[in-house]
Amino acid sequence: MTGSRDLTDIADRVVGWAADGEAVEAVVGRSRHTEVRAYEGDVESLSSAESMGVGIRVVLGDRQGFAYAATFDDDVLAETLAEARDNASFASPDPHVGLAEPDGVAVPTLDLFRPSLLQVPTEDKVAMALELEALVRAGDPRISGVESAEFVDAMGEACVASTTGIRSESASTACYVAVSCLAEEDGLTQTGFGFSVGRELGDLVPADASDDAVMRSTRLLGATKPASTRATVVLDPYVTAQVIAILGSTLSGEAVLKGRSPFAERLGDEVGSPLVTLVDDATNPLAYTASATDGEGLASRRTSLLADGVLQAFVHNAYTGRWAGTASTGNAVRGGFKSTPGVGCRALALAPGQLDQPALLRQVGDGVLVSSVIGMHSGVNPVSGDFSTGAEGLRIAGGELGAPLREFTIASTLQKMLRDVEAVGSDVDWLPMSAAGVSLVIRDVTISGT
Amino acid sequence: MAVIEEDVLSRVLGAALQGGGEFAEVFAEDKRSTSAVLDDGRIEELASGRDRGAGVRVISGETTGYAHTSDLSEAGLRAAAEAAGAAARRGGGGSNVVALDRQAVRHPSTVAIQPEDVAKATKVELLRRADEAARGADGAVRQVSARYGDSRRRILVANSEGLLTGDDQVRTLFSVGVVAAGDTGMQTGRQSVGHTVGFELFDRYEVEDMARKAASRAVTKLGARPAPSGEMPVVIGAGGGGVLFHEACGHGLEADLVAKGASVYRDRVGQQVASPLVTLIDDGTVADEWGCFGIDDEGSPAQRNVLIQDGVLTDYMWDVTRGRKEGRPRSGNGRRQSYQHLPMVRMTNTFLANGTEDPADIIAGTDHGVYVAQLGGGSVNTATGDFVFGMWEAYLIEDGVVTEPLREGNLIGNGPQVLTDIEALGDDFAMGSPGTCGKDGQGVPVGDGVPTLRVRSLTIGGTAA
Repeated sequence: MTGSRDLTDIADRVVGWAADGEAVEAVVGRSRHTEVRAYEGDVESLSSAESMGVGIRVVLGDRQGFAYAATFDDDVLAETLAEARDNASFASPDPHVGLAEPDGVAVPTLDLFRPSLLQVPTEDKVAMALELEALVRAGDPRISGVESAEFVDAMGEACVASTTGIRSESASTACYVAVSCLAEEDGLTQTGFGFSVGRELGDLVPADASDDAVMRSTRLLGATKPASTRATVVLDPYVTAQVIAILGSTLSGEAVLKGRSPFAERLGDEVGSPLVTLVDDATNPLAYTASATDGEGLASRRTSLLADGVLQAFVHNAYTGRWAGTASTGNAVRGGFKSTPGVGCRALALAPGQLDQPALLRQVGDGVLVSSVIGMHSGVNPVSGDFSTGAEGLRIAGGELGAPLREFTIASTLQKMLRDVEAVGSDVDWLPMSAAGVSLVIRDVTISGT
Repeated sequence: MAVIEEDVLSRVLGAALQGGGEFAEVFAEDKRSTSAVLDDGRIEELASGRDRGAGVRVISGETTGYAHTSDLSEAGLRAAAEAAGAAARRGGGGSNVVALDRQAVRHPSTVAIQPEDVAKATKVELLRRADEAARGADGAVRQVSARYGDSRRRILVANSEGLLTGDDQVRTLFSVGVVAAGDTGMQTGRQSVGHTVGFELFDRYEVEDMARKAASRAVTKLGARPAPSGEMPVVIGAGGGGVLFHEACGHGLEADLVAKGASVYRDRVGQQVASPLVTLIDDGTVADEWGCFGIDDEGSPAQRNVLIQDGVLTDYMWDVTRGRKEGRPRSGNGRRQSYQHLPMVRMTNTFLANGTEDPADIIAGTDHGVYVAQLGGGSVNTATGDFVFGMWEAYLIEDGVVTEPLREGNLIGNGPQVLTDIEALGDDFAMGSPGTCGKDGQGVPVGDGVPTLRVRSLTIGGTAA
């Protein structure tokens, strides 16, 4: 179906070189992508790329080694296996080390590969990037520039095979248009972004991306810095997705077993508001991160992490599953062939509530809508739970959106925010991230401004 | 490095220009890396990697075409050249063979011990020593992770202007992260060093020393109180705050963002944009520093560029694309993550020049505020100038004295504002920790540095009222 037969051949060949008593895993990947950037009505750049490579994991007794090479040359493959073997000899013995083994869970059939995307002529991709830029420029008289307008498509295929009997092939396509623009009024500039994502060209709606970017940039014009206070905040779906992704990282088996999760000893406890139900499910085809198998070739599956605020489970790969005395939950994640499998949530979603964003705003009455955040990577510590991030947004007054706000921070702790959830919106938005977006109302958040 | 013959490069460049492009370039790279990770008391992983390939760029009018390949044969390179030429997609024609002139390069750093010549067991031993030292430092230490990494990146650049040059870039890095636990929960501390040198890095730095520093940061924070919220004076310690200037103004001085109107510093050359105390420099030639190299990823030699002199904006940073377009010389700021990426304008080592005040006087002269010994990563919106960065190690200043440690939080401010709000500058300049700068999804190694300084007012994003 996907033409990845040759990848499987390479994986099988590497696995076939395993010596007696040695476990070998090969992950072989190949990807292609095109990127077209438009600027001032012309093509600014057009890149086309094909990447490939193999990552080899060797387990000798209770030690593991890894090496990768970004090529399929036969002599390099042999050299890479030898390097991985040599690396294993320097690892500490660890009784939990080992490759994944087939566990009988059926691999779901997901419609993630659309051959039509591979047939799109370059001219059509160029046309879409140009159209997007033109739409934004014409979107509002206050739009003063388009920083970037791009079309990107990607096709990835991979095979994981091992001496323990794993043999999984996967392939998917994806494409998006994204734009970042500038709006200017009274000599002051604001920025906004928008995007549209899909698995084939027909999924993309450049006008949606344009509308979002224009709305986000123009509605912030005239923004001022708020006074410091405590307030109820409403997180835009895009912001919620980022917060949920960090929460997910505290629920990884690795963070828990290594004593780095604030939720480590809390299984079965009520750690959140009863409104919080959180599921990780990479078998949901609506998720852009959906995949039939995980990074070790095991079937993806649905895991309930929090149900009505009660902590239900952590996620595991083969290693942490063995260590925890349970099993993999199909949550091995790897950054392509260049790394060993880590463990992490793959497609998180909060159970939606009843109200859309306008209704939530009316319910909140007075507070702040956080439309975007900046610096989440530097101000949030998933070990201590300390949470502080730069923000932009709009004041909520009398249940309606009011004046734009900028240059402030919102702060709390992950533990407290989870308990302070006051409502979850009905507006689920699947984003190109490991978590879905939804409007989220959190009370008693510290706003720092003047 | 797999050598590509000069005549092959000439023909490939000729093929790239076949469709009528005005500029063509071949960038080839061969990178080998090793990393070793200790976590939870175990050497968890020793990993080796090899990345090798070439990218071909063709510029035609306003359009850039780019293609890359891991096939370094003439046929593979030609295929990439034709794809890039087609992407640049102009008519015209005429075939060229480019005459190449090999340029000698002097790399600012020297490497005494190639990491590839050091036994893996020796590298792994460093991790064990760090683990032991961190655990021995304090009973509150619960978890230690340590990472060793080295890389050797050999690059070759040839272009249709006749340039043929190359560089051999070696980097060695060591970092330690510690988790300490107490009555108030868990806290983290870290310490990292990285230089463009070989294994002799460990003649200069004791891993035990780094481990104890990381442990001390984590343990200190166990007694930390919530950071305040709101505006107040902030003193930033020497070496700990270069990222502020990288974010607050460095990115806004990158010519690509300036040209697109996405910078608050557009049209401001020659103007006073900062306090007269501020002289901001980007310098790829500082020997051994993390952002140092012989040539950038377009073949231009590393340079020292004064961006702001005594508060006056002197120039932006340039790469081939923006330099060609605006008739400006390249400034050694064209960088890319790998052969799979297009180069763009990037910083190297960005720092604020030394001042004259005694740092002790700067703290003593601060009535009430925050002392930030170490900043974490940051981000900026170059169009508005609004930036944030995390405080990894911070303390309260009360009546001119550094007092209690603070929990983590973000600082938020505005670039042009913070530059004019610098009201004191110490004489204790120091470079900071090695960093990775992200832009358009590409990461490149960068360095930064500052002397102790005081900003009149920044917003602290803590939770305490």
